[in-house]
Amino acid sequence: MTLDLRNVTKRVGANLHIKETSLTLETGHFNVLLGETGSGKTSLIKLMAGLDPLASGQILMDGEDVSKLNTQKRNISLVHQFFINYPHMTVFDNIASPLKVAGMAKSEIQGRVEEAADILQLRPMLHRRPHELSGGQQQRTALARAIAKESRAVFLDEPLANLDYKLREELRDQLPELFAGRGAVVVYATSEPEEALLLGGMTALMHDGHVTQFGPTAEIYRKPANVISADVFSDPPINIGEITKQGNEAVLNGHARWPLEGEAAALPDGPYTVAIRPNRVLPRRTSTANVRLTGTVLVTELSGSESSAHFHFGDRNWVSLSAGVFPFEVGQEQEFFMEPAHCHYFGADGNRVA
Amino acid sequence: MKTVNQRAWFLVLPVLFLVAFNALIPMMTVVNYSVQETFGDNLFFWEGLGWYEQILTSDRFHAALGRQFLFTGLILVIEVPLGIIIALSMPRQGFWVPVCLVLMALPMLIPWNVVGAMWNIFTLPDIGLLGYFLNHTLGINYDMTQDPLAAWITIITMDVWHWTSLVVLLAYAGLVSIPDAYYQAAKIDGASNWAVFRFIQLPKMKNVLTIAILLRFMDSFNIYTEPFVLTGGGPGNSTTLLSIDLVKMALGQFDLGPAAAMSLIYFAITLGVSWLFYTLMTKDDLN
Repeated sequence: MTLDLRNVTKRVGANLHIKETSLTLETGHFNVLLGETGSGKTSLIKLMAGLDPLASGQILMDGEDVSKLNTQKRNISLVHQFFINYPHMTVFDNIASPLKVAGMAKSEIQGRVEEAADILQLRPMLHRRPHELSGGQQQRTALARAIAKESRAVFLDEPLANLDYKLREELRDQLPELFAGRGAVVVYATSEPEEALLLGGMTALMHDGHVTQFGPTAEIYRKPANVISADVFSDPPINIGEITKQGNEAVLNGHARWPLEGEAAALPDGPYTVAIRPNRVLPRRTSTANVRLTGTVLVTELSGSESSAHFHFGDRNWVSLSAGVFPFEVGQEQEFFMEPAHCHYFGADGNRVA
Repeated sequence: MKTVNQRAWFLVLPVLFLVAFNALIPMMTVVNYSVQETFGDNLFFWEGLGWYEQILTSDRFHAALGRQFLFTGLILVIEVPLGIIIALSMPRQGFWVPVCLVLMALPMLIPWNVVGAMWNIFTLPDIGLLGYFLNHTLGINYDMTQDPLAAWITIITMDVWHWTSLVVLLAYAGLVSIPDAYYQAAKIDGASNWAVFRFIQLPKMKNVLTIAILLRFMDSFNIYTEPFVLTGGGPGNSTTLLSIDLVKMALGQFDLGPAAAMSLIYFAITLGVSWLFYTLMTKDDLN
């Protein structure tokens, strides 16, 4: 199965909620839509699902134009952030509902429901009603419905967002194998960069109603195509600064200097934007190539085995994320060390240059 | 060892006084009347459960109770489905929402005796807009002061006009609180409009509808003002509902003992039916 979006847009009143977007989504891996709340993930999913009309463009499934087809005929499934099940039906009937509507034989329904229930460990709960289930079980019921239906495309719209931490991890580990080998295009929307990295596959980064970059998840994490993509795919937010290239040297905020190598060295002199991930800005020197930055610590956080510090640097706020517990003091000047080899460089138009 | 502080009881006292003065003490005076024969000059004679027996075996009470159940049953059967249908056809967003809501709320804002008077005049055969139209334009003999059927139709129509809005507003509140995601799920499944109503809207409206039915049951079972102004219980006794009969007995005949016993029986029936209905409707949610 392939799901092809060709120059699709969505209009609400005078506003374009989805700006011209083209994507080719395929079976065999997760297709992650990553972006913050309001970036258009749900809007795009509703377009693909046929719940909202296209303003322009085409949607193709296996080459067949489905743009005008209604939701039911597209044969898709949608799992929401909220646990959406029919309130007064048992788990069995909930899973069976799309099959019943499709007019499938009773014995076949029985088999399909039981198979899906087994995969999602819902067998003992088949005769309960949604309100008698925990949140995790309710969401599993919604997933089982998507699996039993054997639809051509499955849209998971932040399906784990309302689950508690443990359940989230458990279900997230199971998800890829649940859909493996089922032939459906799986689209997974999330606002958490970490989740995209854990799910792997392909990722489309979304910002302000359009896709800023699409490609294999690990690759676009390593090589953000533009400043916005670098920012979308980073948590805590990526550190951004303005540098001037002078000869073979980059100068940041007038005082931090480092020699440029490779592609970056070949760029013409002038102003560029540099971006570096928080985990490459550390409170200790780790190599002789390190560049020293000095800033005032604004906020510090300890989470598990990591320390993070937000500090004022130049006229921006930067973040340092380091392993271990580091005793930052708020309001104090602190030295940080950045590894220039991990810098991303962008031109005046925001696109990657090195 | 922890000492138990009893001062918290003071916090309960205001409620206790309030309930005592507005419910318990008035009700105890009724209980008091219901077990005694009362004469002028404050003479009381013990009657025991005699009045209760008399009321429960009297044909007059049975007839009034029957009319009461018929009235309440009819208005529930009409108002609840009608209210749901109107709520379903109201817009969910946009300019017309407040317009619809205000239109719906209007009948409920009119004082009850005014509603009775309005419908009385409205249906008068010679000067009422509806009465004149029916009698003189359509040639249908319609006079609720003569014909029990006409009186019943008028009384029911009046209540439907006055109170369907309550069901509409509650059902509408239930409908708008259903997240869009449910409708999307139904769309994806290809569920019909009927299936959406049966499996999403109705279950999601269950709680508000329970309240709506309960309120309509209690209000219609205790209804007095509107039919009293409209028909005064006539023609004959054909629209003498329980409360009208009770007032006749207590204030018309000044039979305080039987009237007190009847009040308590009346109260017990209202309470019992409400309790039974509520328990049945919510028993699913409890376990």
